[in-house]
Amino acid sequence: MSSPHVSMGVPGPDGRFGDFGGRFVPESLVPACMALDAAFSEAWADTEFRARLDSVLRDYGGRPTPVTECRRLSERLGVRLLLKREDLVHAGSHKLNNVVGQALLTQRMGKRRMVAETGAGQHGVATATAAALLGLECTVYMGEVDTARQELNVFRMELLGAEVRPVRSGSRTLKDAVNEALRDWVATVEHTHYCLGSVMGPHPFPYMVRELQRVVGDEARAQCREILGDDPDVVVACVGGGSNAAGTFAGFVDTDARLVGVEAAGGAAATDGIPGVLHGMRSLLLQDEAGQILEAESISAGLDYPGIGPEHAHLGAIGRVRYDKATDEEVLAAFRLLAETEGILAALEPAHALAWVVREAGHCIEEGATVLVTLSGRGDKDVAQVRELLADELDHHGRLGPRGGRGR
Amino acid sequence: MNAVSYGVMETHLRRLRGDGRKLLVPYITGGMTEDWVECLQAVADAGADAIEVGIPFSDPMIDGPVIQEASVRALDRGTTPVGVIDAVAVADIGVPVVAMTYYNVVFRMGHRRMARSLRAAGITGALVPDLPLEELDPWAAEAGHAGVATVLLVAPSTPEERVARICARSHGFVYAVARMGVTGERETLGTEATTVVRRIRATTDTPVCVGIGVSTPAQARAVCKVADGVVVGSALVRRLLEGGGPDAAGEFVSSLRAALDDPDPDDPAPEDPANPAGHAGPGDGEALAGS
Repeated sequence: MSSPHVSMGVPGPDGRFGDFGGRFVPESLVPACMALDAAFSEAWADTEFRARLDSVLRDYGGRPTPVTECRRLSERLGVRLLLKREDLVHAGSHKLNNVVGQALLTQRMGKRRMVAETGAGQHGVATATAAALLGLECTVYMGEVDTARQELNVFRMELLGAEVRPVRSGSRTLKDAVNEALRDWVATVEHTHYCLGSVMGPHPFPYMVRELQRVVGDEARAQCREILGDDPDVVVACVGGGSNAAGTFAGFVDTDARLVGVEAAGGAAATDGIPGVLHGMRSLLLQDEAGQILEAESISAGLDYPGIGPEHAHLGAIGRVRYDKATDEEVLAAFRLLAETEGILAALEPAHALAWVVREAGHCIEEGATVLVTLSGRGDKDVAQVRELLADELDHHGRLGPRGGRGR
Repeated sequence: MNAVSYGVMETHLRRLRGDGRKLLVPYITGGMTEDWVECLQAVADAGADAIEVGIPFSDPMIDGPVIQEASVRALDRGTTPVGVIDAVAVADIGVPVVAMTYYNVVFRMGHRRMARSLRAAGITGALVPDLPLEELDPWAAEAGHAGVATVLLVAPSTPEERVARICARSHGFVYAVARMGVTGERETLGTEATTVVRRIRATTDTPVCVGIGVSTPAQARAVCKVADGVVVGSALVRRLLEGGGPDAAGEFVSSLRAALDDPDPDDPAPEDPANPAGHAGPGDGEALAGS
């Protein structure tokens, strides 16, 4: 059965993707969103801007990233598994694609400062990196829970010259960091750009960030055709807000490939969410019967967001993308499996996408199928946390032992 | 025009303005303390012309630390939208009430159910700050039908052509945002409020109240040299968070009332030295600007 062919183009009036999206912000921010919309549309149509972005991503960011065929893991799973290696982008994740674009746009709009929210710290590190590269001031808001579990990323951002402000309100995680970044932006919008890290927020952010991440899917599509001679049967990406998934899907949405977005079981808004409005967008949200937003919880700070980008809500509603979830245990197992069979430490976020493939190989994914997974970031940031999670398996020297702890 | 076309809230505020009174609209977060309803009554008795009652939301993005804290306390106390609305209905405090909340609370309850619940509780106005002009229609239709006036915000950043479109759809009053930023007390108010009020005046005769940052009697008095009234939130809520009950609330609102009723004080506030004669009218936009 072929999938319905839809396009991921320019959204409808007021930034709508079907019933989702829009621009639900206080009046103070409406003009800034409109100005950003105009500035991005103009820049995106400007060949000079595109050439500058491409050259920074190539010469500084290391693009194009390879697609790696996983021979040992494929054999193990009985499918043909390919990884789009966004973990090899400078600063360690796909986030750089977006922030370089927004940093260049910040300069183009004549602004001198960027604010950003971050969960796991990857978007914060990427924003701090782009700010340093282009000489912009940078403030990153990060929930206090996340500054604790991602200490090294906080230090990284500071080394890069950014100011990290721990957020102590609400659940003290990603959603509260977004609130604080928005509050900062309301007061500083004259000289500050809000460098939002995912395909969420008020229009034009979901559209703009998807376009800036489209490079992932466009490259992967050409690379798959080179390697496979065809499009992959299944394309899988993890979804928090959903930027790497949106960029990946944008490259395959008009093919026959099945598209799958994988959320953390403790924060699966696409599966468990209810329509609502948060952070400027109408989307699917984890909320109670009174409309209070619930806290998402998983081992991956980068996926601890109680919503998804509005275009994902739309792609799910029309049946073009299937959204599913992976549990913390499945994720940890997949993380270890990839390390042991392919020598790659994935970030815990894309380990969700891998975990789905591991679970569904031979079930949802038929044997011998070709599967592309976007490996959105590297796992160095998560190593200390994984060590804690494996505490029960460590010996009295704190060692895992040979063969990933299975050699003893 | 006859009174009916303005709705209950706006008719009331226009009549007071016509009597030469400056409008005082204090804000309290519903459910923030055990005695919050008594605080409403105290505020009404102390001279409030309308009261904004916050229905707390988990993610109040346009609010500063004080109202965030009040929201957290209210939610921790188990406060629900229905609970706040019911409490207002029972209290019957004698001045019009404007419900202030975020759009997800409205969306989740449903536009029609929310509008009708508010009106049934005697709440005749609503303010939903994250619902801008472009997204207004579904709510405005139900609110209008139920007889609830939707108050819209005009910000310092709002372009002039947009001001007219917002004012045409703002009912009850127009909320002039005094400065770019979140709610919270400020030591000084800049010139932005004056500019915003002037832009609003140029397009409508709906009452104009200034809020966000207005925290002291002197500031309220200064603002009211150009505006019809003030909304005072964080300064009042902070007093309640610090343990002040109905008495403290009433005392503070009385001090605001006194300042507004005495436009030509012996000791002009530091913010309004430019116009000691106190003759500022709608056309005299510089009264707030200082010298």
